[in-house]
Order: sequence, then structure tokens, then C-alpha cells
Amino acid sequence: MRSLVILGGGTAGTMAANKLRAKLPRAEWQITVVDQDDIHDYQPGYLFIPFGMNAPEQIRRSTHTFLADGIDFVVAEVDIVEPADQRVRLVGGRELPYDYLIVASGTTPRPDQTPGMLGDHWHDTVGEFYTFDGAVALRESLKRFTGGRLVMHITELPIKCPVAPLEFVMLADDYLRQRGIREATEIVYVTPLDGAFTKPVASRELGHHLEQRDIHVEPDFMIESVDAERKVIVSYDEREVPYDLLVTVPLNMGADFVGRSGLGDELNYVPVDKHTMQSTAYETIFALGDASNIPTSKAGSVAHFSVEIFVENFLQLAAGRPMTHRFDGHANCFVESGGGKALLLDFNYDTEPLTGTFPLPKIGPMSLLKESRANHLGKLAFRQIYWNVLLPGRPMPLPAAMSMTGKNPE
Amino acid sequence: MPSTTIAGREIDVDAEGFLTKPEQWDEALAESLAANIGITLTEAHWVPIRFLRKDFETQKETATLRRVSTVGGIPVKELFALFPGKPAKKMSYVAGLQKPKGCV
Repeated sequence: MRSLVILGGGTAGTMAANKLRAKLPRAEWQITVVDQDDIHDYQPGYLFIPFGMNAPEQIRRSTHTFLADGIDFVVAEVDIVEPADQRVRLVGGRELPYDYLIVASGTTPRPDQTPGMLGDHWHDTVGEFYTFDGAVALRESLKRFTGGRLVMHITELPIKCPVAPLEFVMLADDYLRQRGIREATEIVYVTPLDGAFTKPVASRELGHHLEQRDIHVEPDFMIESVDAERKVIVSYDEREVPYDLLVTVPLNMGADFVGRSGLGDELNYVPVDKHTMQSTAYETIFALGDASNIPTSKAGSVAHFSVEIFVENFLQLAAGRPMTHRFDGHANCFVESGGGKALLLDFNYDTEPLTGTFPLPKIGPMSLLKESRANHLGKLAFRQIYWNVLLPGRPMPLPAAMSMTGKNPE
Repeated sequence: MPSTTIAGREIDVDAEGFLTKPEQWDEALAESLAANIGITLTEAHWVPIRFLRKDFETQKETATLRRVSTVGGIPVKELFALFPGKPAKKMSYVAGLQKPKGCV
């Protein structure tokens, strides 16, 4: 009996477990998923909660209900992985030996890493929407907001769903208009990069979206601390941005046990081959989803496409053959822009987001790098697809590799 | 892609002047690139530049400020003093690498 242990029951871990359980004989392979709780959130829904576009209960389910029969589910915290002995130690003393290990423990916002970010003001005048509790608290903070400076801030890259802060300011613009307090509000977008858009085609096509909504961009801002008493964020070069309501994206880091186990880089992400997601240090370890250091967006679509490639490869590996499938870094991201419209991005390691239609040439029905109603409906429909098709590991009519079909090359 | 002549050499650059072929870079070129943005390189400047080049060899990506600070061991405050205002952008420019980017 061989053993596959998967650390993390989120998007990547659940998909990988279900797809492999359907393919690997039960008499030969034991599959175990470990997570610290039995909660599975539809994370794209976090963004909608502050604006009342999703109710909290719509985006929360139990992890175990999505795991197929024949998968062992263990609720426990990981203490440490001992790769030389091919063993996981759980907090409480239980040990899980493995033949292969998948690290799928994602990335987590770490407000503790920026001085002054935590305190009585946390989830009040300093909010965030990357956790369930944070999104619900921000809904209340926004309800209480009566105008002033609304500051959206990104600490440092990489972050999960890097377009979400852009979506937040565009949705906030719409939300504040509907409440009649947009005129009384300054919206500011603070980024450590040199602009809100950094890729040439996206900058050209999307630059006006912030300008026409009167959203001010504060670039090259590397935060040193939050001064909650004076309600300012302070950068390393001593610039100050005042706020009435700060919405921050704290530093994102991989799980602490990854660091403790010596498996991670400086942010606890597992260094892997970007085409196979296999650890560069241990052949018996893979990292899927946000937990790895692959140079593309930390996003559900990337988890989905890369798991498809990984599963094909793992079946070859299990059969003693070389892995022949290569992940191209494909990401496909909806960007809500308010007013019932959205943009769509489709790109990979080598191709930046381009204009065009998706998935079919001319017909679409969705348009790339352009606002449309169809894109928004696509995003709304995706929650049901996620629960009912994606997580159970059913086939999706979307190829894992990015296609140039419908795109306008530059 | 446009190209430009720096220090008597033909160099491939993007619309903002960042090198598109990191292999065209050498230390003499770095002096010229730094001069273009009003910086005279001292030994203190070379520490992060050499770190960026070395890190790029293995990572194939330009290191973020945080990485230069935590892995390279140079405090962010110092990077701001050496490359005023926009250290991430200025360091990568002088090191002949692409500026750190987001997904759009």
C-alpha cells in the first residue's frame, strides 16, 4: 500500500485528492487530506461580502462534504514535515508516513508582520477582505462610513488574487455612489509597484478605469508602519498617507510549518519546478495552489489548471514512467468593475494579458481586457461551477493550457 | 522592441528603458545606467545590485524589495537611501533587469 498525504483541503488540495482518488486503485493507494479545520470557503466571494453582493452563508461549506469516498480526512495542525524520513508530524503527536506529499496549505494574510497594523482598530478602521471574518467586519465598517478618505493598500507582492484590490476600489466607487456619499469620499489606491497596472497592454487598455472613477494612485509606497492613532500609513521613505478607513492587504506568507520544515523560501513558499510543481529539493514532494513559488498569480484558476497537469503527471509517476506534462502558468481572472460589469484576463508565464474575446474568436461571449456584462455574469455563475463541478473534480470544458485563439497579439 | 546605445553599445530595452536581455548587462554598463538616473555607484550600491543579479540567475525573476532585505540582508531603509524614492524600480534598472511587476 502506498500513501499520498495532502496538506491542505482548499481548492488545490481538494481537487487533487478527488481527481487522483478517481484514478488510483484503492487497493494500492491510500489518500489522506489534512486540514486545520473543516471549513471550505469560496474565497472569490470574500470580495463581494463588504458590498452586500454575497451573503456570508453563500460562500461557506464543510471541507469533508467535497472529499470523495475513499479519502481519509484528518482535522489537525501540522507540526513539521520531515522530508528525509518521508513523514508528517501533526500537533498532538500523530505521525503520517508518506510515499508522496502534496503541500497545498496556501497563503495567509499576516498583519502581524507590519508594525501597528494589529490592535483595537483591526477589523474596524483598519480592515481587510482576505478572510471570512475580515470581509464580514468590513461590511460593517463600510456601512458606518460616511465619507472621508478610503485607502486601499497593498503591503508587498506576491498576494493572493492580485486583481482583487483593483476590484475593491471600483466596486467601492459604485457602492459609495449608490449611497450618495461618493462626492464626500476620496478613494486612494496605494501600491508598492510603480503603478496600478504594470504590464504594457493592460496599462494601455485599463489605465483610464481608475482615472475616470477619480481614484488616486499612490505608487512606489513601501509601508513601514501603520499609525492608527494619527490614522496614517507611513512608508520607508517617510511619506504619509492619511485615511479614515484603511483597507489593507497584509503581507502574504505560506504556512509556518513550511518554514519550520525547511521547505520554504523567505515567505514560506515551496520552491518548485514551475512546469511540474515538483519540489526542487525533494522528488517526493509537490506544492500545489498558492503554497508554491511559481511565478504567476496566486489564484483559483491557476490552482485548477495546474492541478490538471499535476494529476496527469502523477499518474505517470505512480506507474514508474517519466512525467511528460508541463504547466504553462495559465491564469484566467475576472475583474469586477462595478455597475454590473467585469473585465476578463487570460494569460500565462510567457504571454501578458491581451485584448480579444474568450473562449471563442469574435463570438466570445466574454471579452478580454474590456468591461462587459457577459464577463460579470460569468463571474457570478462561477460560484456554482466551483462547488458543483470544479471541487468534485468533474471535467471542465476549459483546457488547462492557455490558448491564443481569440486573442489579439501585439 | 526598441534598442538604444549606452556607453557605445547597442542595448535592447523596453518602452521605459529597462533592459530586455539581461545577458547584455555588465558592470561597466551599470555605471552608465546609474548615471542616466543621477546615481554615482559606490560600493554600498553594488551590494544590492550584485544580489539582484545573483538572485535572478536562480529565480529568473527580479527580487522584490522585501527579498533584497530579508535574503540579501540589506535593510529597506538603506535601499531607500541608496536609490531615493523608487528603490525597487531604480535598482532593477541599474542591474539590467525588468522592474517588479504585478499581473496586469
